Amino acid sequence: MAELVIEREILIEAPVEVVWRTITEPDQMALWFADRVELTVEPGARGFMYFGDQGGPVVVVSVEAPTRFSFRWNHPLEEDPVVGNSMFVEFTLSAEGDERTRLRVTERDHELRDWPDTEKQRYAEDHRGGWSTHLARLATLLEGQS
Amino acid sequence: MTVMTLTEEELVSAVAEPSRRRVLDLLIRNGEASAWSLADHVPFSRQAVSKHLVVLEGAGLVRRRKQRREVLYQVQPERLHQATRAMADLAAQWDRRLDAIKRLAEAAHAEAKPRATKEST
Repeated sequence: MAELVIEREILIEAPVEVVWRTITEPDQMALWFADRVELTVEPGARGFMYFGDQGGPVVVVSVEAPTRFSFRWNHPLEEDPVVGNSMFVEFTLSAEGDERTRLRVTERDHELRDWPDTEKQRYAEDHRGGWSTHLARLATLLEGQS
Repeated sequence: MTVMTLTEEELVSAVAEPSRRRVLDLLIRNGEASAWSLADHVPFSRQAVSKHLVVLEGAGLVRRRKQRREVLYQVQPERLHQATRAMADLAAQWDRRLDAIKRLAEAAHAEAKPRATKEST
């Protein structure tokens, strides 16, 4: 059984530098992520994202222009995002020629939120990925019984 | 832009943990079971099973009832389906964000291109 990792990707007809600016500049982030983003894009920087009249803190984890950008966020909890209370989002960009970029995003650590469980590591014999399949199978099992 | 509600977050956190899904899996297979009997089928202690059951119950994914001196747990199907939907929504939300990034980046690139061509000629 796997941890929950959301993994998506898309092919963009634009150079990697353009995609990099779109995902890292706060003004641009406000167009695809939150309603308003206050953030300095450098490792360890703390910022804030607003969703309507709500909001949540965000902490930049790594910035490796133009290939890797990651941060932790935990909207709507107003706590400092650290491992255990927040989700980890990572963007990876890879140039495919001069005018095309493959953009991947992963979001993980959903299972660590709110419920600290020290025994978790010991029993995490399962690999990542495949959680949705597993959950869907659970639902199917359940249907078979009713 | 929409974000998950607290209830949905709680649901996702509850089912995202592999050991808890294992407990859910067992409960579905066995129909109804006590923490003791569940512990026979997992590589973790009864205390760990109990902790997982507390979280699952808190998220509404299982319901408990007392039968004589035993406490029996049962999966709540509607909540489990809700959890599945919440997890699918998370993926769909990232798809929408990636689509928006694509549109923005491609528009920025298209806008910059004619200018660059003009400057170079």
